[in-house]
Amino acid sequence: MTFINYASREINCKIVYYGPGLGGKTTNLQYIYGKTAPEAKGKMISLATEADRTLFFDFLPLDLGSIRGFTTRFHLYTVPGQVFYDASRKLILKGVDGVIFVADSQTERMEANIESIRNLEDNLSEHGFDLQTIPYALQFNKRDLPDVAPVADMYRTLNYKREMTFEAVATTGVGVFDTLKAVAKQILIELRKR
Amino acid sequence: MAAPQLVLYQEEFQRLDQALKKLRQEANARAIFLIDKAGQQIAATGEIDQFDTTSLASLTAGNVAATDGLAKLIGEREFSVLFHEGERDHIHISIVAKRAILLVIFDDRSSLGLVRLRVKRGSQEMDHIFEDMQVKRDKGAANPTQSSPFSEITDEDIDALFSE
Repeated sequence: MTFINYASREINCKIVYYGPGLGGKTTNLQYIYGKTAPEAKGKMISLATEADRTLFFDFLPLDLGSIRGFTTRFHLYTVPGQVFYDASRKLILKGVDGVIFVADSQTERMEANIESIRNLEDNLSEHGFDLQTIPYALQFNKRDLPDVAPVADMYRTLNYKREMTFEAVATTGVGVFDTLKAVAKQILIELRKR
Repeated sequence: MAAPQLVLYQEEFQRLDQALKKLRQEANARAIFLIDKAGQQIAATGEIDQFDTTSLASLTAGNVAATDGLAKLIGEREFSVLFHEGERDHIHISIVAKRAILLVIFDDRSSLGLVRLRVKRGSQEMDHIFEDMQVKRDKGAANPTQSSPFSEITDEDIDALFSE
């Protein structure tokens, strides 16, 4: 839910990184955190298990600069990807403005990707959102690994509505900002329509 | 769209700010935050410089969302009040106008009883302000001539944000 504050002249938007466990959602945020100037970011919070798996969410507040005199602030969240954390995943989608799906490119993870997109669709609809209309981008992560599925196959299997799709290596930052920009743009364009 | 966007104008902001200040004084609290359920801070008063307010807002919303989930699991509609007791500071969390979260941080200069009582009274006033915000928003939606400053955002404006 975009929050427009005329008093402080700020627009606040919420972007959620979704996808199967160990797909690189947290790594996307960590890369963004590492590459953003200190004055443009807040503290990154990770609610993780002792084994560094996301337990509830990661959170990174980001200032993108100003537009028409309003500071644009994006709150980036990740969900826990492991299947049994579904109740928590659902909660993070509350008030979401845009979604980035981080797919794991390894052949063996294709089933998990498909299952996670279905899960995203279900959980969005529980909050009254439709994946068909919400700002959305797809990222094929881990393109540097040896056993990855061809991009064309992944596109055919995972692309939902001809959304913008990016190849990425989140550990080194390839495609990370491009994916974020694609969704941030869609959210701002939505704002124009209202 | 499921969750309508929240629009806060100067007038309501000032009313909320006043209501928070009054509540803070009456409850003898260190700081009070009003947070949207999606985790964004709406207003705050008191010793706010002492806290990382953005993180506080996000974690509070996560906390409330998780507690809501727990409530539903055991067949309750919601747990309307949460209380976290620390050694020195304590946190009282409650829901205002169904869509916002009121977070009161207090220490031993106050007490849970006092905070509960004052929050109950203060919340009613905030309920009214949120109702007024909703009315204003509905009017704005019904009156397209009073369009938002964002209706004229250009592609160049958006690209400029990502120019670095």
